[in-house]
Amino acid sequence: MIKAISEMAFFRNRRMAGLIRFVGLFALALMIFAAVLLVFGKNPIRAYWDIFSATLGSSYGISEVLVRMIPLILTALAVALPSRIWLINVGGEGQLFIGALFATWGAVNFTNLPAWLLLPSIGILGFLGGGLWGAISGFMRVRGWASETISTLLMNYVAILLVNFFVFGPWKDPESANYPQSAPFPDAAILPSFFGTRIHLGAVLAIVGLILFYFVLSRTRWGLEMRAIGVNQEAARRNGISTSRYIILLMLIGGGMAGLAGMGEVSAIHGQLRPSLSPGLGYTGFLISWMAGGHPIGIVAAAFLLSVITSGGDILQMTHRIPAAGVHILMALILFVVLARRGGKPR
Amino acid sequence: MNRSPLLTLRSMTKSFPGVLANDHVDLDIYGGEVHALLGENGAGKSTLMKILYGFYRPDSGEIRLNGQPVHIRSPHDARQFRIGMVFQDFVQIPAMTVAENITLFLPDLPFVLNQASIIKRIEEVSERYGFKVNPHAPVWRLSVGERQKVEVLKLLLADARILIFDEPTRSLAPHEVDGLFQVFANLKRDGYALAFITHKMKEVLACADRITVMRRGKVAGTIKGSEATESSLIELMFGKQIEEALGRRGETPADGRKPLLELKGVNTRSEGMAWGLKDVHLIIKPGEIVGVAGVSGNGQKELGDVVLGLEKCTKGVKYLHGEKYTDWSVAQVRESGVAFIPEDPLGMAAFPWLSVQENMAMVNTRMYSKQGGLSMDWQAVRSDLQASLERLEFNIPPFYVPLGFLSGGNIQRMILAREMAHHPKLIIAFYPTRGLDVQSANSARRILSTSRDQGAGILLISEDLGELFNLSDRLVVMFQGRIVGESTPQEISMNEVGYLMTGSKGENKKSD
Repeated sequence: MIKAISEMAFFRNRRMAGLIRFVGLFALALMIFAAVLLVFGKNPIRAYWDIFSATLGSSYGISEVLVRMIPLILTALAVALPSRIWLINVGGEGQLFIGALFATWGAVNFTNLPAWLLLPSIGILGFLGGGLWGAISGFMRVRGWASETISTLLMNYVAILLVNFFVFGPWKDPESANYPQSAPFPDAAILPSFFGTRIHLGAVLAIVGLILFYFVLSRTRWGLEMRAIGVNQEAARRNGISTSRYIILLMLIGGGMAGLAGMGEVSAIHGQLRPSLSPGLGYTGFLISWMAGGHPIGIVAAAFLLSVITSGGDILQMTHRIPAAGVHILMALILFVVLARRGGKPR
Repeated sequence: MNRSPLLTLRSMTKSFPGVLANDHVDLDIYGGEVHALLGENGAGKSTLMKILYGFYRPDSGEIRLNGQPVHIRSPHDARQFRIGMVFQDFVQIPAMTVAENITLFLPDLPFVLNQASIIKRIEEVSERYGFKVNPHAPVWRLSVGERQKVEVLKLLLADARILIFDEPTRSLAPHEVDGLFQVFANLKRDGYALAFITHKMKEVLACADRITVMRRGKVAGTIKGSEATESSLIELMFGKQIEEALGRRGETPADGRKPLLELKGVNTRSEGMAWGLKDVHLIIKPGEIVGVAGVSGNGQKELGDVVLGLEKCTKGVKYLHGEKYTDWSVAQVRESGVAFIPEDPLGMAAFPWLSVQENMAMVNTRMYSKQGGLSMDWQAVRSDLQASLERLEFNIPPFYVPLGFLSGGNIQRMILAREMAHHPKLIIAFYPTRGLDVQSANSARRILSTSRDQGAGILLISEDLGELFNLSDRLVVMFQGRIVGESTPQEISMNEVGYLMTGSKGENKKSD
């Protein structure tokens, strides 16, 4: 038992406190948003009830919440992994777009490959795309050229413009009237879905990602070294642990996770590359990771809640004629209370 | 003394999880006296003073100021009661001038500052107590000793009457210590009450009027400075006579052997206030201790880091075990059998939030990993740590608690045990006894001399000249990044080393 405790040292003591914090923060944000709704003359209880029943009141609603959770968990991991050594990756959005871009390149260029070969290939391409995009920031940080916080944030815009360049330009589907979008993916490049819903194979990637994240951090040598860097970087260097290597590696793997999210969205949901690929999935992932304090179970819970909220935005628009962007107020509120509570640090 | 005490502590008790840090401690401090608090690490001196300064709340007990019971809930309260504290690490802004730093600290500043009047007050007070600090000098230009005086000035200008010093001599050069004691004497004359925490016997005997010795959270006794002797204090501190355990140097067997470490013309970048190395040549042979003397900040840290591989050479070559290792990574250097005993274990070697055994594994994570890194062999980690602790005759702490829960001395012991676990060939010892109590310091020195006798080469960086002279086979002196003198302890006197350390020309200087 003692051994189990020691292996859990990293996650220990956070569980109960984490849960209480989680629920409390969330309730606070909901109450403030209720006040906002009141100001606009809406009935907040009706609004919340509608969100709740439309998302969780039917099996279709639940399946759609799960569909949205897939990219959110992956982009949250993209933030949570580097955050273990105090890297702040705000670039999930851009890494997601580049992942989608790479995956699209594979899907539309190797149309005659069979699915068993094409799907893993675009998966790897998606991971590589996002990973390289993240690793650039890691490299610049190691060389002392730029803080990863700034560079990942700025490179989001570059990534989105790059995708725009391709879908408005060289990759534009000649058969689509004049829409900026790539040619549709061949069937062999579409991730399979389950149970007649839109829940796709990306769910397996998200779950495997979560398990690996937990396992690597708590059991392995690399997890130990990462925790060492997180606790005391100076001492880690003096013990021969290369912090530069971890900075680049974690930005690469983190970016790769977001790239996988992009691959999943473009392959399973859209079936082609569009500029409207992501409604801020990367930024929401950032929020989720910080709400969860990097804990894998917390990531699932926070991804679930934010998935409900973002789905709720559409519902508010339809039933209460509140602009869908209205829920961004709620998400911003959540971000504020999370940051206020932690003093801006994920520990 | 027939006067009533300025400050009275009665029955102060404070416990931390698992530790009773203060157990019904009584203490009287009078105006016009220097009161030393002496004790081993973890004896409760710092805790007591931190209660007095409002950092900790006592579990029970009473503080009376001029006979009036008071409650000190925060450092702010303490300042209201005219109690001030000088910390080991000064809270100063290097880019600002002395006067600006002092002004920042003063309470109740008016909206529009009258710098001229503050500077005038600084000058008056400095004059009166012999500080010789230029109020217009930026703080980054000052030496550690001068910066400490700025701290004292702050408190004086803020009207403190009771001044607490937390190990004030820790980072001072010998002549600066004398200067500090002169300041103590001047302040005492004007009725200030001074309390200082230390575990250096000589200083206590040199300047304290009264000495309170603490042992395991209790007051072991209070005696007058004039009546105290070294042996009576040691007896109070430890409750028994401890043997003088310094390793005596044998003959130097190292002469004929091939060098273990060799630096040839090494230069490094200089960073901030510290000096980079300039054209350093150094040889360490197996079975010898090379002591490095110098006032801290004159390149010793850089020297240790260069040997460890953390700092890159801008010029020059280094050899280790006969191989050129100028471009090796820290991991390569460590795995080749180099141990590192740091000056500040918490900052430079320990991972407070990781468990004791995880800290142990950190010395060579590759060696302790299984299946190529997929899991760790905690069994091997524990048995190595256990064996090392037993060899060093240290107590065995629980292996599963976070290291940060142990006391400072225990953390240092754990780091020593970790570094010595794999019989290192070369040991870089950075102020290895700084902050240790007498007993632990002796055992740390014994470890070094035993390792030397078993054939390890040791680079010993220290400010304690006594320690250097006792342990070293050869001595080098560093000043402003250069090695300005090299000799053996038999051929050079402490005074000559002192002159070299401070850059003065000694009469019969033996350098170059």
